[in-house]
Amino acid sequence: MTIAGSPAVATNVGRPLVGGRRFSLDWLGAVPFLVYVGLFLLLPSAIVGLGAFFNADGSFTLDNYAHLSRSYVVKATIDTISLSVVTAVIGAALGGLLSYAIVTGSPNGLLRRLVVSASGVLAQFGGVTLAFAFIASIGPAGFVYLFAQAHGVDYYAHGIWLFELPGLALVYLYFQIPLMVLVFLPALDGIKPQWREAAESLGGNTWHYWRHVAGPILFPSFLGAVLLLFANAFSAYATANALINQGQPVLSQQIGGALSSEVGAVEPGFAKAIAIEMIVIVTIVTILYSLLQRRTARWL
Amino acid sequence: MAVATRSVQRTRWIKLQVFRYITFAAAAVFFLVPIGAMLEFSTRGNTGERTLAYWQSIFSYPDLIDFNFGPAPDAAINASLELALITSVVMLVLLVPTMVWVRLKLPHLSRLVEFICLLPLTIPAIVLVVGLFPMYIWLGTNLSDSILTLAFAYVVLVLPYCYRALDAGLGGIDVKTLSEAARSLGASWFAVMWRVIVPNISNAILNATLLSVALVLGEYTIANNLLYNNLQVELVHLGRANAGVSIAVAVASLLFAFLLLVLLAFIGGRPRRARPEAATALAGPLAASQT
Amino acid sequence: MTERSGVEVRLENLVRRYGAVTALDGLSLTLAPGELVALLGPSGCGKTTALRLLAGLEEADEGRIVVAGKDVTGLPANRRNIGMVFQAYSLFPHMVAWENVAFGLQMRRVGTAERKKRALETLELVGLGRLANRYANQLSGGQQQRVALARALAIRPQVLLLDEPLSALDAKVRARLRDEIRRIQLEVGITTLFVTHDQEEALAIADRVGVMQAGKLEQLGSPVMVYSRPATPFVADFVGLTNRIKGIVRGGAIDIRGASIPLVDPTSADGPAVALIRPEAVTLTSDGAMEAGPLVGTVIAVAFLGATSRVTVDLGDTTVLAQVATSAASQNPAGSKVRLTLRPDPVLIQREEAAPTAS
Repeated sequence: MTIAGSPAVATNVGRPLVGGRRFSLDWLGAVPFLVYVGLFLLLPSAIVGLGAFFNADGSFTLDNYAHLSRSYVVKATIDTISLSVVTAVIGAALGGLLSYAIVTGSPNGLLRRLVVSASGVLAQFGGVTLAFAFIASIGPAGFVYLFAQAHGVDYYAHGIWLFELPGLALVYLYFQIPLMVLVFLPALDGIKPQWREAAESLGGNTWHYWRHVAGPILFPSFLGAVLLLFANAFSAYATANALINQGQPVLSQQIGGALSSEVGAVEPGFAKAIAIEMIVIVTIVTILYSLLQRRTARWL
Repeated sequence: MAVATRSVQRTRWIKLQVFRYITFAAAAVFFLVPIGAMLEFSTRGNTGERTLAYWQSIFSYPDLIDFNFGPAPDAAINASLELALITSVVMLVLLVPTMVWVRLKLPHLSRLVEFICLLPLTIPAIVLVVGLFPMYIWLGTNLSDSILTLAFAYVVLVLPYCYRALDAGLGGIDVKTLSEAARSLGASWFAVMWRVIVPNISNAILNATLLSVALVLGEYTIANNLLYNNLQVELVHLGRANAGVSIAVAVASLLFAFLLLVLLAFIGGRPRRARPEAATALAGPLAASQT
Repeated sequence: MTERSGVEVRLENLVRRYGAVTALDGLSLTLAPGELVALLGPSGCGKTTALRLLAGLEEADEGRIVVAGKDVTGLPANRRNIGMVFQAYSLFPHMVAWENVAFGLQMRRVGTAERKKRALETLELVGLGRLANRYANQLSGGQQQRVALARALAIRPQVLLLDEPLSALDAKVRARLRDEIRRIQLEVGITTLFVTHDQEEALAIADRVGVMQAGKLEQLGSPVMVYSRPATPFVADFVGLTNRIKGIVRGGAIDIRGASIPLVDPTSADGPAVALIRPEAVTLTSDGAMEAGPLVGTVIAVAFLGATSRVTVDLGDTTVLAQVATSAASQNPAGSKVRLTLRPDPVLIQREEAAPTAS
């Protein structure tokens, strides 16, 4: 909006006054949208932001935040961050390799289209299904496990890690790698073949090219993708909830638990405090991301 | 001597191809084995024989699917399909006119609208649930406790992806000139929208619709925490009682979503501009997925 | 850096095939030390392939490449010491101008201080010293190509290759940078191969022009020779504007609408043919009584080009372009009747009608 506070006045400024009527009603066109997002996006956000400062009686309190120091919340925070870091880094590395393999093929080829479509599904479509997929394959009744067991390999000899954090990390990779492909392909597409040829004609070999040209150009995109993958894993809920029903190892599950617990007390204020904690961490990552963008914006 | 150069570049090419095919093979194993395993698991009989019993028994679970496609669906699949439909329609009705109007008349609002539309990417779905929880309690007691009310939240959920898809479509045409031309020929604003803008961004609209269908069918976090039984929630319930059926439905829905997005990739690849929309629409600056 | 002097470059019978397509079909070309040769031709004629083979970016299926007496056919690109300027977008986007220019020196393990000094010197040479700290996206297209030129020259290459370096620029910048490239090339004295599809560019800049078609060299000669004595109908067509006028060959001359013009090849068999006649070889006259005749027509357009003008004359069944002094053209505005006179210089003829029309 321009100088004036009211949009009606603002639109008026640039227009000649013809006749008496010059109250532009253009801004009315945006009202339905703004009302909708106000109700179903901004209002719930406000409820979270403010609600965390009130207890069940509606009086102001900081207790909800104090509860964040409960040992199981601290542990869930650390576990979720570790899980997110590990799956973001591994996912970015493997997804980066896969993207490179795609980008060195035909730009409009069938293979590329299929991989991109599949990545879209796997990166975004229900974590429940992904959890099932791993239960059905490497789970204790999955054929991979049965096959391995029949051949004398028992990878659950020390406990069924599929239903613990390591298993969760493996399943997370199933959507982290595709997400990496989706976000990193455009960056790889931006690499011009002339750069390699120029580097070669100036005396550089393959190593020089990656070390001095392609590497530095891709690095910001890569780091940005890692942050994105981190936020993605950090926010995930469905996979963890479908895979693990013993305890609530990740933060998002803690929120679900505090919101409508099957056992124990319902603590809506506490749920909001954890939500705020998540928002703060995601916001820090977002800020890092935009700082990175600004740094590379100089030459991009 | 010519042979020498040939071998240098040839070796490099061979190395690259070896790398590519090893990578693709490894990716195929990692991504296809679990899906194949679901098919295997859902057709496994008690004594190890192949059977379609699980698949056939899908229809004997009234909590999963029935023939009531009314305003108050009882079965989870019915509910999710209806939600997908309602969400897509509401999203389009809300987003398309607003985005066109902002381009035409309120350009100073474009940054604000973009910011709002992309906001759900930075708010994890589970956090949104916390804020929606009291609202849905109020809705349930005062208006309706139908599962279809979830569509209100789902529109917000699909907003960023649909915004990107539609923005790419609108960016490809000159909205202002087209509508000025239509207006000067006597078209009403409705006619401008319906007869001029919409046909020119039909691909983007299809994009956005397919994306929201896929997202709604895969949604779990919001439904589960607002205590509604949509497809994914029911799958988890069912998985604890009868894993075979639940996995059969899960793989079917996954393949359905894949089909939708393949369709999107091939339709999106056809028109004037190449098809980066599909990919970029799916991948946010910060994509909070529902996984 | 002016102490450098050019070296001789010999391309011997180069063949390059892509699957079933032969991109380069036995090209032989020798560049004298310090010479600038422009390879000119339509896209797909093999000119870029020839340049890439010389750069080492692609390998020849047959033939040899000799630079300064040394066979480099088997050397990879990064050991050839050949500077190359690409069509566009070849600057490394994450480096400022001087860092781009210094890249090749870095690859040659030149020390940091020396590197920067030489990079700045070379940027001065191309007139961009003051923009040394700009990124590529902060430079105009023409400035980017100057930096690319500086980058190619900074390594003090034996040979300079220019792959349509001006094609992405707009007309004014193109002409200015073209002359600049020539000035620098002469100053440095480096043997240069320049590839372009723009005949005006090739004629303006080169010591010799090689016109290519279908992987073969059609003609190699000075710009004047290529323009005024095209060796083949293709060259006549591709270089400059050409009128295609039907006539009958009779005894070593072609009879065109009553005028008889000698042939370049007087042994041509008699029969119908098309004569290729430059607009400069057509003059206009007008007098009081313009009787109808085979070479009398109506002016339908006059294009002002400066000192000369190009006049389009409608002869009823064909139109003919005449390039004449603007003063002469102004006496014959559109609509007036004129008589054409064809200068009796030897002309090339073409038999088949399916050939492309004047460009």
